[in-house]
Amino acid sequence: MREPFSTAAQQREADMLGMYLFLASEVLLFGGLFAGALTYRILYPEAVVAASARLHVWIGAANTALLLTSSLLVALAVQAADCGLRRPAAALLSGAAGLGFGFLVLKAVEYTKEIHQGLLPGFGGRFDFSSPVEQLFMNLYLVGTGLHAAHMTVGIAILAGLAWRIGRRSLPLPERAVTVAVCGLYWHLVDIVWVFLYPVLYLAR
Amino acid sequence: MGAGISEKTVAETAEERISYLRAGHTLRSWFFTTDHKRIALLYLVSVTFFFFIGGAAAALMRADLLTPEGDLLSNEGYNRAFTLHGVIMVWFFLIPSIPNVFGNFLLPLMIGARDLAFPRLNLISWYVYMVGGLFTVFILITGGVDTGWTFYTPLSSMFANGNVVLAATAIFVVGFSSIMTGLNFIVTVHTLRAPGMTWGRLPLFVWSHYATSIILVLATPVLTISLVLIAAERLFGIGIFDPALGGDPLLYQHLFWFYSHPAVYIMVLPALGVTSELVAAAARKPVFGYWFVAASSIAIALVGFLVWGHHMFVSGQSMYASAVFSFLSLVVAVPSGIKVYNWTATLYKGHISLDPPFLFAMGFIGLFVVGGLTGLILAMLAVDVHVHDTYFVVAHFHYIMVGGTVSAFFGALHYWWPKITGRHYSIVWGSLSAVFIFLGFNLTFFPQFLLGYLGMPRRYHVYDPGFQVLHVLSSAGATILGVAYLLPFAYLFYSLRNGEPAGPNPWGATGLEWTVASPPPKHNFETIPVVTRPPYDYEIEQESDAG
Ligand code: HEM
Ligand SMILES: [Cu+2]
Repeated sequence: MREPFSTAAQQREADMLGMYLFLASEVLLFGGLFAGALTYRILYPEAVVAASARLHVWIGAANTALLLTSSLLVALAVQAADCGLRRPAAALLSGAAGLGFGFLVLKAVEYTKEIHQGLLPGFGGRFDFSSPVEQLFMNLYLVGTGLHAAHMTVGIAILAGLAWRIGRRSLPLPERAVTVAVCGLYWHLVDIVWVFLYPVLYLAR
Repeated sequence: MGAGISEKTVAETAEERISYLRAGHTLRSWFFTTDHKRIALLYLVSVTFFFFIGGAAAALMRADLLTPEGDLLSNEGYNRAFTLHGVIMVWFFLIPSIPNVFGNFLLPLMIGARDLAFPRLNLISWYVYMVGGLFTVFILITGGVDTGWTFYTPLSSMFANGNVVLAATAIFVVGFSSIMTGLNFIVTVHTLRAPGMTWGRLPLFVWSHYATSIILVLATPVLTISLVLIAAERLFGIGIFDPALGGDPLLYQHLFWFYSHPAVYIMVLPALGVTSELVAAAARKPVFGYWFVAASSIAIALVGFLVWGHHMFVSGQSMYASAVFSFLSLVVAVPSGIKVYNWTATLYKGHISLDPPFLFAMGFIGLFVVGGLTGLILAMLAVDVHVHDTYFVVAHFHYIMVGGTVSAFFGALHYWWPKITGRHYSIVWGSLSAVFIFLGFNLTFFPQFLLGYLGMPRRYHVYDPGFQVLHVLSSAGATILGVAYLLPFAYLFYSLRNGEPAGPNPWGATGLEWTVASPPPKHNFETIPVVTRPPYDYEIEQESDAG
């Protein structure tokens, strides 16, 4: 137990609440981008639809599937940690990190294609959109997915680190199960953000 | 486990009684402390430092404005001076001042806790703040930025001279410090209240910090994203705001003010909380309408998110949007009005003691009312179009932010100084500085209402000679104000060595923070107190005195 707490339950409550608040602030970080994208979808439907139609919707769908699966693995890992099942917890977390890595690889492939097709602004080369709204949409797409990918990277590092620590018993289970739960929440958030990004960007057609 | 704790208490009692100031003298014991009280002092020193840097820039501008020609500063230099002033004052003084100094010191004491929920996070947040702050000062002094504290695009993203990206990075960094502090406060209030400290018994100071923390956690990320977008545009040409790159400048203003209007409440809500404590202590009565005052903090926090558009009346947003924002802005004045009304009712027929904290509180109320009422004037669409971007606006926000928040900061400093240091300071000098701050302030900023009304635009330093008299008056006031701000330094420092020992409760106030020694012991409470009485139960005390 840490310094200001007098019971383990109190500390657990504090850790969970702290994480929920942090996640609320993360949601608002993306919230500004969502609000912008939605506003332009409503104000200029044709241009936004035209831009969105050129995104690689199937790569996005595959990525959605990867992320949802990894979220499931994390949820199972949290259960396992609660029951003190060390090996399954570590395995599930590694699996989730692996799927997350797969997501990033696919995303990189997608960005490369987009750069070749002149869809992405800001990379020198040719940029294939004429109307400013289409351009703005692609800018929002780039910042939104880029920021998400940055969060993914952090998340993967966290999951892999957890798996490693559980594996070498430096994170005793089930005593420190709350750490797994708190990190799991972070991963679910990254997942949820994508579940919103995907329709707002790819399915706006 | 229970046995373990009580053994530990017995063994450490003697050591725990040592005050937090004496528990360790090494630099290490200060710079790696996780004690919320020591961290509060680290913040006190740092915010004071930034206050002086911001103040120096202000002095420079007021000196330049003495004459209608721009003879002291170049145009560029003037732009850089007001940017330095605004950035430092807003992000490195006003926002962190009361929460990070007094909130940090008092919140755990007031709710009967040994520390904040995440002590290490608290220390990290100070380091993050310092890194952001020193970096900002360095950038603004070496390269300079000329956009003003609002970083409006496309000026900031495409055309501005100087280190916009670096400055934005520094503010981005300090945003994390705000979020950490807000998060820490909310979790602490939820999980570490002593037995019997129900929500209805929380001091109003705690309520207002709770409301402030909600804004810190929810609004700061929106600022963060706006700064990320500016950087993306400047560095990579990813146009979000610049029309030439497909962007939309209004989008920036929406994002920025969605943060920055609530941010004005980050600055003022803690001040309102301080004032409630000072008023109750001065009147020796329970605060009139406790629940209204508590709830109005939350109401201000929530409605504050809906009024950002009143900064954009002349920006080209739709007329209907402006009308709605105008109406909502009038609504947000209601909870502030409730507070002023309830303080007045609390003071009515109170046995008022005229000591420095009370004088600062009165100064606060007066200036806050002027600032709030002129805010209403600005919120009225038709009037704002006339005085927009004139000195009227400058006067308005200085009444609220400087007159309000800084007065409350000094009020808090004078009220809790004996608790923090264990020493009394000179009541006469304290009272004098409260009076001089009030007078100097009004002489500085009242003429600016007139200037604005007459049409003097803000952010110009070459002006029509007809405005000179009012500018000279304002600069004279600023001189008095500057001296008055320096005064407390002298007598507070003097009190550190020579002040009378204060005893645990020098003002005869209620509240858990006054039940422990001054300065408080390292772990605040030897045993966690059990709260059995409502807050501000002065009357009960008097009855039992009489009986
Ligand atoms: C309570 C604390 C308040 C603070 C700290 C505060 C602070 C500020 C600041 C800093 C600005 C200047 C923004 C800029 O640089 O352009 C400003 C402008 C403004 N404030 Fe306030 N304010 C407060 C209360 C209010 C209230 C209660 C209202 C309305 C009911 C209000 C209405 C306005 C309006 C309409 C403007 C924009 C004027 C313009 O740019 O033309 N303010 N305020
Ligand atoms: Cu506002």
